[in-house]
Amino acid sequence: MANPIVARITLPERARRGEIVTVRVLVRHPMERAIDAPGLTPVPRRILHTMRVTHAGEEVFRADLSQGITANPYVEFTTIAVETGDVVFEWEEDGGASYRREARLVVT
Amino acid sequence: MIRRALVAALLAGGIAAASELRPSRDFLSPELRALQDDPSRHPGWLWVEDGEALWRRGERSCQSCHGGIDSMAGVAARYPAVAQDGALLNLETRIERCRTQQQGEAPFGYESDALLSLSAAIAQRSRGLPMSVATDGAAAPFVEQGRRFYETRQGQLNLACGQCHDDNAGRRLRGDVVSNGLGTGYPAYRLEWNTLGSLHRRLRACSLGVRATQFPLGSPEYLALELFLAARAAGLPIEAPGLRR
Repeated sequence: MANPIVARITLPERARRGEIVTVRVLVRHPMERAIDAPGLTPVPRRILHTMRVTHAGEEVFRADLSQGITANPYVEFTTIAVETGDVVFEWEEDGGASYRREARLVVT
Repeated sequence: MIRRALVAALLAGGIAAASELRPSRDFLSPELRALQDDPSRHPGWLWVEDGEALWRRGERSCQSCHGGIDSMAGVAARYPAVAQDGALLNLETRIERCRTQQQGEAPFGYESDALLSLSAAIAQRSRGLPMSVATDGAAAPFVEQGRRFYETRQGQLNLACGQCHDDNAGRRLRGDVVSNGLGTGYPAYRLEWNTLGSLHRRLRACSLGVRATQFPLGSPEYLALELFLAARAAGLPIEAPGLRR
C-alpha cells in the first residue's frame, strides 16, 4: 500500500502540550514534469501531487503540489502539540502510488 | 605623487594574491547562504544520509577498513592528491579505486548517485576545515598543468578562467554572481540541476559557457585544474555539500 520514501523530517523531540511546533519536511522525489517538446521523448507527468500530515488522528496539514514545484520539495509548517504519538506524513504520486513516513513527537 | 600611487595600486592588482580570494559562500545571496547552513532544509543532506548508509553497506564495507565515517574528517581538505603509483586522484576517483581494488566491486561510475552520495558524506566530514592540498613533490607538475589550464584563453569566446573568476568576481553574469571559482563547495546541490553534482560536472558547464572543449568527467585536464583550484583555495573553508544556484 503505502511505500517508504526517503525524507528528512525535522521536528522537536519533545514539546509541551499546547505548544506550537515547527515541522520541516524535505522529501526526495524527482517531481517529473511532463516533457512534450519537439525532439524530446515525451515523458508523462510524475509528481507528488498531494501531501497530507496527521497528528493525533487529525489532519493538521495538507498541500496540493503542482508541477511548478522543484524536485526534492521542502515544506515547513507549524502545528499545535496535542498528544504523544506519531506524526504521519503521506504523499500521493501520479499513477496512484502513495508513500508514508512517520516521526515521533513526545508531548509532556 | 598621484601617478606613483596609481602605479602601486595597479601593481597590487596585477598580482592577485590568495588573500583577495573570498570563500564561495560570500558570493551567495543571504537566502542561499542560510539554506546552505541549515541541514534541515538543504536537499544535499538527502545524499549525505544516503552516503552514510553506503559507507556501512556490504560485507567488505568502507567501515570494515576505515571504521566510522567520522574518521574521514579532514580527508577532503587534502584531495586531489597524488597516489603512490603517480596518478592524480580526487575524492571521487579515490573512492572508485578503493571500490575496485580493495572491495573488489564494480565501479559506481562518475556522477552516479552512489558515488555522489559517498563523496558528499565524506566531504561533509571536512566541512569548515581549511583546504590544504600538497602542492610540492609529485604534485608540483600537476599544479603547474592546472595553472596553465586556468590561465590559458579557451574556446570560441577566448576566455581564461581568471578573466571571470579573478577580474570580475563579485559582478553578475547570467543572473548569478561570479565567484572566485574555488570549488570548495562540491559536490554541491545546484538548484539549476535539481540534484547534487560533482565539481567536474560544474567544470563542464564552465567549458560549455566559453564554448570550449568539454572534457570528460574525471579527465586528467579537470583533475589537474581541480588540484590547482584547491591549491588556490588554500586556507579557505570547505563548504561541501554546498548549495548553488
